[in-house]
Amino acid sequence: MTGRADELLFTGSGWDFDMIRRVYDAVEEVAIGEMKLDIYPNRIEVITAEQMLDAYSSTGMPLFYKHWSFGKQVLANEMLYRKGMRALAYELVINSDPCISYIMEENSATMQTLVIAHAAFGHNHFFKNNYVFKQWTDAEGILDYLNFAKRYIMECEERHGQAAVERLIDAAHALMHQGIHRSPRARPRDLKAEAAREAERQAYQERVYNDLWRTLPRGAKQASARAEKRREALNLPQENILYFLEKTGPKLAPWQREILRIIRLIAQYFYPQRQTKMMNEGAATWCHYRIMTTLHERGRLTDGAFMEFLQSHTNAIHQPAFDSGHFSGLNPYALGFGIMQDIARICTAPTEEDRVWFPEIAGTGDPDGVLKHIWANYRDESFVAQYLSPHLIRRWRLFKLDDKEATPELRVDAIHNERGYREIRHALARHYDIGWEEPDIQVVDVDLAGDRKLILEHRVNNGVLLAESDADKVLQHMADLWGYDVCLNEIDPESGKTLKQHRAQPHSPSPG
Amino acid sequence: MYIIDRRLNPGGKSLVNRQRFLRRAKASVQRAVRDSLKDRSIRELDRDGEITIVRDGVHEPTFHRTAQGGNRDYVLPGNKEYLEGDTIPRPGGGTGGPFAGTGDGADEFRFILTREEFLDLFLDDLELPDLAKRRLAGAVVEGVRRAGYSTTGSPSSLSIPRTMRHALSRRLALRRPSNADMNRLDEEIERLERQAPLGADDASRLEHLHQERARLERRRQLIAYIDPIDLRYRRYETTPKPVAQAVMFCLMDVSGSMTEHMKDLAKRFFALLYLFLTRCYRHVEVVFIRHTDRADEVDENTFFYSKETGGTLVSSALDKMLAVVADRYRPEDWNIYVAQASDGDNLAHDNPQAVSLMQNSIVPIAQYVAYLEVGREEDPMPAGTFPKASDLWQGYEKVIAPKGRFVMRKVHHRREIYPVFRELFQRRTGRAEAQ
Repeated sequence: MTGRADELLFTGSGWDFDMIRRVYDAVEEVAIGEMKLDIYPNRIEVITAEQMLDAYSSTGMPLFYKHWSFGKQVLANEMLYRKGMRALAYELVINSDPCISYIMEENSATMQTLVIAHAAFGHNHFFKNNYVFKQWTDAEGILDYLNFAKRYIMECEERHGQAAVERLIDAAHALMHQGIHRSPRARPRDLKAEAAREAERQAYQERVYNDLWRTLPRGAKQASARAEKRREALNLPQENILYFLEKTGPKLAPWQREILRIIRLIAQYFYPQRQTKMMNEGAATWCHYRIMTTLHERGRLTDGAFMEFLQSHTNAIHQPAFDSGHFSGLNPYALGFGIMQDIARICTAPTEEDRVWFPEIAGTGDPDGVLKHIWANYRDESFVAQYLSPHLIRRWRLFKLDDKEATPELRVDAIHNERGYREIRHALARHYDIGWEEPDIQVVDVDLAGDRKLILEHRVNNGVLLAESDADKVLQHMADLWGYDVCLNEIDPESGKTLKQHRAQPHSPSPG
Repeated sequence: MYIIDRRLNPGGKSLVNRQRFLRRAKASVQRAVRDSLKDRSIRELDRDGEITIVRDGVHEPTFHRTAQGGNRDYVLPGNKEYLEGDTIPRPGGGTGGPFAGTGDGADEFRFILTREEFLDLFLDDLELPDLAKRRLAGAVVEGVRRAGYSTTGSPSSLSIPRTMRHALSRRLALRRPSNADMNRLDEEIERLERQAPLGADDASRLEHLHQERARLERRRQLIAYIDPIDLRYRRYETTPKPVAQAVMFCLMDVSGSMTEHMKDLAKRFFALLYLFLTRCYRHVEVVFIRHTDRADEVDENTFFYSKETGGTLVSSALDKMLAVVADRYRPEDWNIYVAQASDGDNLAHDNPQAVSLMQNSIVPIAQYVAYLEVGREEDPMPAGTFPKASDLWQGYEKVIAPKGRFVMRKVHHRREIYPVFRELFQRRTGRAEAQ
C-alpha cells in the first residue's frame, strides 16, 4: 500500500512495520524504477543491539560453528560498545539469496530509510552483479552450507572431544588467509584423456628413439628431474596451504580433512568481500545518497529527516588528513564514494582534462549506467587503477611517501601534480591488491617417500619479512597438522638468497 | 520483500563462545580477577568489572608482514606543504611510519566480566566446611515438577502424542470407518456407475452401496476424529524444596586500639566470607555485632563506618551473639557461621570468660568459627622470631574443637587476606579420600 507519490513517508523519528514497508516501496521505486538496479529478493530482519553484538561476533552470519575466538570478539566488542567508544553498525547485510539485511530497533525512521537504501539495495545489487562475487560465491547455498558446517563440527565435538576439534580449528584459523584459491583452477583431466595423452607421448618417444641418447652422461640433472616430477604429482608449488594439507596431509583423519575443508570454503566465501570492500561500501553509499536525495527532492522526506541523514552520511564519509591525529588509514566509504561521485561528475559535466583521461565515459550523461558497468566489472585494485582521477587527487591532496630501509628519512615521492598523478594512482591501486598486500607463501616441496619434511617458501617483497613470533606460531600449527617437520624459507626473489628460515616440529607424534 | 521481527528471538546466541573463551583463558583471567581484589573496595567486590589479561594465551596468529624494515610506500590524504623530493624525518625512532597502522597489536586484552562470571572465577575451587545441617526450614521454595497427565489444563500444556494416542484407540474401539474403507466404497461405486447399461443385480448392488456409504458417512460424523474426551494435558505439581539457610555473625572489636587499617582488614575478610556464603546458600542472613566493653547489634553501615571508643570486653560480644541466636536463629534450623575479628587486646580478667563461652556455647552450635587477629601493617614479623602472642590468642589456643571447626589466623597486610581466606576454605581433596 504505497502512499501517494508526493506524500511524506513519515514524520518524527519513531517507526513501525507499516512505515518500513512504505519506505521500502518508495526506495524501491527509485532504485529499481530509475536506477534499474538488479537485486536478490530482500529479507529485512529487525534485531536488538544485543543481537547485533552477537551477529558481529560470528562474522555477521546468522549461524556459525562455535569457537572461543568468536567469544573473544564478543567480549572485545561489548567492552567498546559499553564504554561508548564505538557505536554499533546500523545495519548488517549478508550475501545470500534472498539477501538478508539486519536493521536495529534503535534506529530512527530516517536511519531505517538510509539503511534500507544502503544495504537492501546498494550492497544487494553489488553482491548480485560484481564479477568477483559471481565467480567465487554461491549466494543461494551459503546458509545451507553454514548449517551443515555447524552441525558437522558439533558432531565432531561429540565424537572426538571438544579439545581435539578446538585445536584443529585454531590451526585452521591461523592458516585461513592461506586457504584461498586466488584464480580458478584448471579442471583435472579425466582418466580417459590422461591415458590417451600418455599413449600419445609413448608413441612420440618411440618415433624419435635413438640409442645414442643413452650414451650421454647423466648427472645431477636426473635427480632434479625426479624432484620436478614429484612436485608435479602433488600439484606443487601450491599457494592454498589449507587445500594442500586437506588433500595431502598424511596423518589427518577424514573428519579433520572435512573440517579443514569447511574452514577453507568459508575463507573462500569471504575472499570477494576482502577484494571489493572499498567499492562495495562506495557503491552502497552512492546508492543511498542518490536515493535519499531523490526522495527529499520529491517531498517525501521532511527537511529535518534529510538533515539527520546528511549528518550521518557526512560522518560516514569523513576522511581525516594524515596529520590530524584521527587518521587511521583511508576510509573505504569516503574513497569509494568520492571516486564514484567523481565518475558521475565526469559523465555529466566533464572538463578538458577528464576528456583526455577518461575519453570513454566523459560526457556520456548516464552516470547510473556507467557506474553499474563499473560495479559489475571491477574490484578495488582495478577500480582505483582505472578511475582515480587527477581531479580527485587534487581535491584530496594525495601524496605518496617512500620509506626506504637504507635512507634515514622518508621521502615525498609524488604529490598532486602532472608528474605525480599516475604514480599516486599506481601506488594506491597496489595497496588495494590483496595478492600484493598479503605475503606470498607457497608449499614448494615435500618428499612423501622420504622424510616427509614440508618445505614452504615466502617470496619476500620489498625486503619486508614476516612478523617472527606470529610466523613461528602459525608454523607450529602447521607442523601439528602435517605431522612431520615443517620449514619456511623467506627468499629474496631477485637474488634467490634465503633471508631467514623458520622451523617447527609437531608437538604430538600424531594429531589424530 | 519480507520483514521479520527477530527481536523476540532468544538472545545469548554467543554465550557458548563466550564461555569457551573464558575457559580457555581461565588461568590468566583468574589471576587477573584475584589481582583486581587489591584495587576494589568492598562494596564493589561483587560487581561486574573490567578485566585485563595478557594476550598471549588467546592470541590468534596469522602470517603477516612485520611493521619494521624493508621498503614501503604510503599514499596519504591532506598534503599541505610537501613538494616532490622533500624529506621528512622518520618518526618514532625508525620503526615504520606513523601511518603504518596498528603494527603488531597491543599485548593486552581488556573486556568486561559479568558479576556471575567474576564470582565463579573468584571463588572457584573453594568450599564451605561441613554443610551438614541442611534442614527444611521456614523458608521453603515451591518447586514445580511434572506429574503425569490430566484431562484439563491450559492449551500450552496440551500433550499432543498423548492426545493422539487416546484418539486413535477410541476410534479403533468404536470402529470408526477409516479413509481406506470410504475410498474402497467410492471406487466400487464409481466402477459400477461407469458401466453404462446396468444389470438388475448391479443396480441393486449400486443402491446397496449408496446406502452403505451414507451409513458410514453418518457414522464418521458421529464418531469424531479427535473428541474433547481425548485431550490430555501435562500436569505439573508444586513440591516444597528444602532450602539450606545460613546466618553469619560478624563480630568486631571497635575499641580504641583498633586502627583504621585493622578495621579495613577485618572488613575485607567479612566481605569475602559474605560473598562466599551467598554462593553456597540461597538464604544468608548477616548479623553485625560490634563491641567495645559492651556489644550492640548494628546495621552494616554503622558496623563498618562509624567510630566508637571504649575499653574492650570480648565476652560481651559473645554473649550478645548467643542472645541473638536464642532469640532468632534456632541452631537446629540454621547453619551458623561466626567470624570474629580483633586485635587481640582484651581485659585480662575477661579472657577466661571469653574462652569458656567460645568452648562451651559457641563451638558446639556453630558450623564454623573463624578468629582473625589483625595486626599493624608495619609489623614486620621477622623470620625466626616469634612475637609474643596476644592474650586472646593464647586463650583461644586452648579451645578444643573438631578439626576444621575452629580456626585462627593472623593477618597484617591487605594482600594476605585472600591467601588466608583461600587457605581456610580450600577444597580438601584429602578428606574425600579418607572417607
